Amino acid sequence: MIRLDNIHKSYTMGKTSLHVLKGISTTIETGEFVSVMGSSGSGKSTLLNILGILDNYDKGSYYLDDTLIANLSEKKAAYYRNKLIGFVFQSFNLLSFKNAMENIALPLYYQKISRKKRNKKAMEYLDKVDLKDWWDHKPYELSGGQKQRVAIARAMINEPKVLLADEPTGALDSQTSYDVLELFRQINDEGMTVLVVTHEHDIAAKTKRVIKLSDGIIENEAVELMESNYV
Amino acid sequence: MFDSENLQEIWETIRQNKLRTFLTGFSVAWGIFMLMILLGAGNGLKNAAQKSFAQDATNSMSIYTGSTEKAYNGLQPGRNISFTNKDFDALDRNFEAINKLTSRHNVYGNNNVRYKDKRGDYSITGVFPDMMDIEGIYMPEGRFINKTDMNQNRKVVVIGNKVKQALFGRDDPKGNFLRINDISFKVVGVYKDRGGERENDRVYLPFTTGQKIFGDGNEVHSFNFTIGDMSASENKAFEEEIQTGFAQRHSFHPEDENAIYISNRYENYLRFMKLFNGIDIFIWIIGFGTLIAGIVGVSNIMIIVVKERTKEIGIRKAIGAQPGLIVKQILTEAILITAFAGYVGLVAGVGVLEVMASVIPSSDFFRNPEVNFNIAISATVLLVLAGAVAGFFPARRASKIKPIVALKEE
Repeated sequence: MIRLDNIHKSYTMGKTSLHVLKGISTTIETGEFVSVMGSSGSGKSTLLNILGILDNYDKGSYYLDDTLIANLSEKKAAYYRNKLIGFVFQSFNLLSFKNAMENIALPLYYQKISRKKRNKKAMEYLDKVDLKDWWDHKPYELSGGQKQRVAIARAMINEPKVLLADEPTGALDSQTSYDVLELFRQINDEGMTVLVVTHEHDIAAKTKRVIKLSDGIIENEAVELMESNYV
Repeated sequence: MFDSENLQEIWETIRQNKLRTFLTGFSVAWGIFMLMILLGAGNGLKNAAQKSFAQDATNSMSIYTGSTEKAYNGLQPGRNISFTNKDFDALDRNFEAINKLTSRHNVYGNNNVRYKDKRGDYSITGVFPDMMDIEGIYMPEGRFINKTDMNQNRKVVVIGNKVKQALFGRDDPKGNFLRINDISFKVVGVYKDRGGERENDRVYLPFTTGQKIFGDGNEVHSFNFTIGDMSASENKAFEEEIQTGFAQRHSFHPEDENAIYISNRYENYLRFMKLFNGIDIFIWIIGFGTLIAGIVGVSNIMIIVVKERTKEIGIRKAIGAQPGLIVKQILTEAILITAFAGYVGLVAGVGVLEVMASVIPSSDFFRNPEVNFNIAISATVLLVLAGAVAGFFPARRASKIKPIVALKEE
C-alpha cells in the first residue's frame, strides 16, 4: 500500500538547513495497523505530512497504492488527498461553523456529490462513531473525544486507501484516548490501513507494528503484539 | 460559478459568519450610500445655481434700434435708426456663429387682446419659428409658429399659459379665435417657458403676418438670436463685426454706441458656465474620493477576511479541496455580498435623497437633489469589482499555502 524508498527532506530556515529525514525506507501493506513513534524533532510529523501529500520530499520515492507521489501539482495533490487519504489531526481541525454532519460530509462536497446523498452518507458514518444523536451539534458543543470521533468519521467518509492520524490522542485524556484507539482498531479490523503518529508508548503499544524514528532515520521496525493479545 | 451546490455551500458559510458578512457588506453599502448622498447633494447645489441663474445664463443676443449721437458723413446726430428685412438677410447671410435667428415685430395697443367678452394687455410679437428655441419654450398644447404660417401669412397665434388661463378659462383655446386690434387670429398652440412662470404671458404670431397687418411690410423692431460656443474675446470681436455691419448699412459712425443697442448676455453666460463646471468638478472630486475610500475599505476587509480564513482553507485543502475551487468560493462569496450590499446602499441612498427632496424646500441654494442612475450603477459595479480583485490576490495566495502551514494558523 505504502512504499517509501530512501526519503530525504530538509527545511531551510534562513541560511541554515535542517536535515529532518535522512533516508527513510519502509513498506506498509494493505490492512496494517502501524504507529510511528519518536521524540519531538525525530521527524515523525514530517514523515506523516509527506505520506499525506501535505508536504513534498527532496529525494527518494514514495508510492501510494502503486502511484508514484512526486512533483504533484496542487490540483493533483488535492485530488489524491481526497481520493486516497483520510486525515485525523491532533487539534481535530473541524470547521467551527458547520455541525457534526456537515463537517463529516465536506470531503464528499469536493467529489461533487449532491447534498442529499452526502448528508445521508454522513449520517451513516455518524452512526458508526456512535454520535448519531449529536448530528446537529457544532464542534464547540462537543467534548474532545466526540470531536475526534467526528474527525475520524470525516476521514473515513471518502473511503480512502489509508487513514493517517497525527497525534490523534494528544489533546485527549487517557480513557478517551483508549476509546479513540479502540475505534481505530475496529476500522482496521474492517480492512483499512491505519497509520498513527504518536509519542506515547501506551498508544503505540495498541497498534500491531511500531516504527521507531530517531533523528530522521528508522531506528527499529518491530512487529509488536497488541496488548490485548497478551491477556 | 453559480451552480446550486456551490451557492448552497456559500450561503451556509455566509449564514454562519454573520458578523464577518455584515462588516464586509456594511462597508460597501456605506460607501455607495455616501456616494449617492454626496453626488445627490452636489447636484442639488448645481440645480439650484442653474435655476437661479437660468435667466441670465443664455447664449442669446438681441439688437434694438436707437438714435445716433455722432455726426457721420454729413449726417446730423439724433437721427433715428430703424431696421428692415435687409438687416435680417445680412445677419442671416454673414454670420456663421448665429444658430437661431428671428426678427421681431411688436404690435402696439392697450388691452387689445380679446376673447369673447374678456380682454387682456399682453405683449404681442411677430416672430420666426426659431423663436421657440431662442426663448427656451415648449408646447404642452398644439404647435409653435411654422414655416407655412410664415410663407402664407397665416393669421394664427401662439399664446402663453397665463394668457390661456386669463382669457379662455375652461375653454380649449386651440382652434378658437381671439382678436388682436379687432382682427381675428386662430390659436394653434399654448406654450410654457422653461425659465419660469413670468414669461408665460406673451402672444406670438408669424413675423410676416405681423409685419404686413400691423406694419409696413419691411420694418423690423428688433433681432434676437443665439450663438455657438466662442471665447470671451471672440465674442467681443463678433459684437464689433455686427456693429460695423449695421453702421455701413445705416450710415452711422462705427463707434456710435447709441445708434443701435446690442444686448449681449454671452459674457454672463460664459461666467456661469464656468461656475457650473466648477460645481461639476467639485462633485466629481467628492465622488471619486468617496469611491476610492470605498475601494480601499473593501480591499482591506477582503484581505482580513482571507487572512482570518487561512485555517479554514488549510482544513478544506487537507480533505481534498482544489486551490481553484477555494479561490472560486471566496470570490463568489465576496461578489455576492458586495453586490447585494451595494444594492442596499444604492436603494438607501436614493431613498434618503427622495426624502431630502421632499423635506428640504427648494431654494436658491438647494433644489431637486438627484443622482444619475448610470453613474450610481457604475459606481456599484466598480466597487464590487474592486472587492473581487482585492479578494482574488490574497485568496489565491492563501489557496497556494501548503495545508500544513495553513493548519498551523490560529
